[in-house]
Amino acid sequence: MADAELASAPPRRAAMRSETALLVLGLAILVLAPLAAQLLGEPFYVRLFTRIVIMAIAAVSLDLILGYGGMVSFGHAAFVGIGAYVTGILAYHAASGEALTTWPIVIHGSQNAFIVWPAAIALAALAAFVIGLVSLRTTGIAFIMITLAFAQMLYFVVIALQKYGGEDGLQMSDRSRLFPLDLGDRLVFYYLVLAILVAVVAFCRRLVESHFGMVLRGCRQNERRMRAIGFPTYRYRLAAFVIAGALAGLAGILLANSQNYVSPADMAWTRSGELIVMVVLGGMGTAIGPVLGAAAYLLLELLLGSFTTHWQAIFGPILIVIVLFARRGLYGALAGRPTDG
Amino acid sequence: MSAPLLIEQGLNGIQLGIMLFLMAAGLTLVLGIMNLVNLAHGSLYMLGAYFAASLQQWTGSFALAILLAVPATALVGMAIEMVTLRTLYSRDHLDQVLCTFGLILFLNEMTRILWGGLPLRMTLPPALAGTVALSGIAYPAFRLAIIATGILVALLLYLLIARTRLGMLIRAGASDRMMVGALGIDINLLFTLVFGLGAALAGLAGIMAGPLLAVQVGMGDGVLILTLVVIVIGGIGSVRGAFVAAILVGLIDTFGRILLPPALADIGIYVLMAAILFWRPQGLFPAHG
Amino acid sequence: MADALLATENLIKQFGGVTATDRLSLSVMEGELHAVIGPNGAGKTTLVAQLAGELAPSTGRIRFAGADITALGMAARARRGLARSFQIASLCREFSALDNVALAVQAQGGHGFRFWRAARADEALRAPARAVLAQVGLAGRQDVPAGLLAHGEQRQLELAMALAGKPRLLLLDEPMAGMGQADAALMIALLRTLKRRHAILLVEHDMDAVFALADRISVLVYGRCIATGAPEAIRADAAVRDAYLGEEAL
Repeated sequence: MADAELASAPPRRAAMRSETALLVLGLAILVLAPLAAQLLGEPFYVRLFTRIVIMAIAAVSLDLILGYGGMVSFGHAAFVGIGAYVTGILAYHAASGEALTTWPIVIHGSQNAFIVWPAAIALAALAAFVIGLVSLRTTGIAFIMITLAFAQMLYFVVIALQKYGGEDGLQMSDRSRLFPLDLGDRLVFYYLVLAILVAVVAFCRRLVESHFGMVLRGCRQNERRMRAIGFPTYRYRLAAFVIAGALAGLAGILLANSQNYVSPADMAWTRSGELIVMVVLGGMGTAIGPVLGAAAYLLLELLLGSFTTHWQAIFGPILIVIVLFARRGLYGALAGRPTDG
Repeated sequence: MSAPLLIEQGLNGIQLGIMLFLMAAGLTLVLGIMNLVNLAHGSLYMLGAYFAASLQQWTGSFALAILLAVPATALVGMAIEMVTLRTLYSRDHLDQVLCTFGLILFLNEMTRILWGGLPLRMTLPPALAGTVALSGIAYPAFRLAIIATGILVALLLYLLIARTRLGMLIRAGASDRMMVGALGIDINLLFTLVFGLGAALAGLAGIMAGPLLAVQVGMGDGVLILTLVVIVIGGIGSVRGAFVAAILVGLIDTFGRILLPPALADIGIYVLMAAILFWRPQGLFPAHG
Repeated sequence: MADALLATENLIKQFGGVTATDRLSLSVMEGELHAVIGPNGAGKTTLVAQLAGELAPSTGRIRFAGADITALGMAARARRGLARSFQIASLCREFSALDNVALAVQAQGGHGFRFWRAARADEALRAPARAVLAQVGLAGRQDVPAGLLAHGEQRQLELAMALAGKPRLLLLDEPMAGMGQADAALMIALLRTLKRRHAILLVEHDMDAVFALADRISVLVYGRCIATGAPEAIRADAAVRDAYLGEEAL
């Protein structure tokens, strides 16, 4: 794959122009469309865009390890779920007044975003650390299957928590309090989420060009070579895995808030599969490809779903065709740029 | 724990292990030999169950249902292999994961379209519906039949792989695809047959699960993941490893459910997997040294 | 005997019934270019893999700069100054030649966990990388993706990556494999400039190169070293002649 892409790489300047144009256009749509929708009295579209942007954050975090790091993690939705559930559980305890734990330290529930959100991100990062620690000792097929299995394990843990709704999920009475913003306002929440997406994308772009990022990308291309020159590759991959997990946790926090509800379905393995589809569909190893992919996937789901409830019977073959014939993804097709390199 | 309970749960554990083995054997062969991650393996399990349930409704005979459903699943499996999977052998694992994921979505929905969303029931013939007296307990005859069938299949698989020409070709194809091709053997046919074998085994597992659990869309998804755990623990490409790991997983899961609180019972085997991987990342019996 | 920079002690590697490395005790002194030759199947590649840390020996020890490195992996050995080039070019094909070498420089610097500043703008990495590329003769090709370089250029890049870490010892696995006359002559000239500054263990088939460069030669047959000595001694050795009877003339 790489050689064919290298041979057909278009001149850099033209690629950069179309890339910038795409970026500006995309940002304009993301900023203006929901505003227009709200003004026109179509709140459904604000909710749709909110969901797209949140999924985009999750997809961008996955692209970090998948597109740049070459790690096919089939359990990424678990970290989204952890972020969501920490938010939900703390909200539940805040509403009920009951403490979460009384021993060895007392932890009360909270709706305060400045407390809840960092906690959720930290826990997602911790989970990524533990899972990565074991999983990254394997590669290839084994790695895919192990990440899948671990995610499934967390899914079962969550379902077993009867107190927090089990299979039915957990309602949140209202959204986190992020003073001075009122997250209950649909538009305010959307623009916050959008701002976070922009920040995450900018962060990831910096990260992949940094010293750390270059090692990570080198590991994807030739891990043996990286070790031969002296890099302890396991550590780098683990660090990337943790960062991606933390960002996914952030997406989970926002997901819980957007739905006012958390459910095990948000961390089912099929959700992990959907995230991979979004990343590949949009273009792996590009900073904004996953954003395109998330939008395309959710819009496609909406469109096909409006025709028939059996939309997956159509989507399945579409996915197969895309993977077999159009692997560079939307971003590659639109901006004419080869992926990571 | 009393002796009868121990025996009963032990047998249950072995029975679960046998079913996992049937799933794992096919999948590990396909993985080890064709280097193909086939997530749709669970869908073949589901199709086996659906075929058997329908056949039983049409013919009224359980035996006939099994006899026809297994080859039917094998044929569907080989058709899928020839039409979609063959192009994936040369692709990287990500492509294989995505394509077989798409296949799952497609097969799940097609099943829902063809058979409807409600679960189907399978009934056991009188001969298998009763219990057998076994050192102080009355153990369901059907579960014993599953264990017996599984052991028989394991033996047949061993004979096939270790003692026949086909088995030798399978083992050779695993280590050097091009060499086997150069010897004039049609490697495509070989792979299709191996895939068909795996599909038959998965279908058989589904058929046996039918009377015990409900026959419903998506029943293959949970089993798939357990199967992946078994393969990872046993070592990719090793049928022997799949057998040992499957029995191990079956026993630990079954006993875990009675000994541990509900929340921990579900995660028991994953903790086992993590522990084994930490110590031996290639699994218990890695097929490729 | 003065302490060798690199030494193996009774190195044995067995694969099932096959003994690929048979009680090998080899040494490389500071500043020496020690060539290892032998017919196909002699176990040269297995030896390199064990020295580099890619393959664990069945028994035996490997010492480098006075320390026992037998248990160390590839990355740890590279950081200690034992650099290796691969027989079949193993590069980050999508990165440019300069990117590849800069990474090798970065690895020795020891701080890869920097997350903010752009690595490609870091002159502390790029400048030494450019210098090494110039040294091996790839100055004009530094921005070409490694996968698009010609075969000979890729071998040069392999060497550059080994040099970039300022190693104490270079482990070169058939650096001239598949090279034409002109390229091979350039490589020999390049290796000559590296002598004395680095200790070199050179595994090669190309006899012109071996006899032009080596201070000492070891001959490997079926995993055993049948002769070690100065080039002239090896040329005259009867056992070596026997081993190569029917192979290319010495």
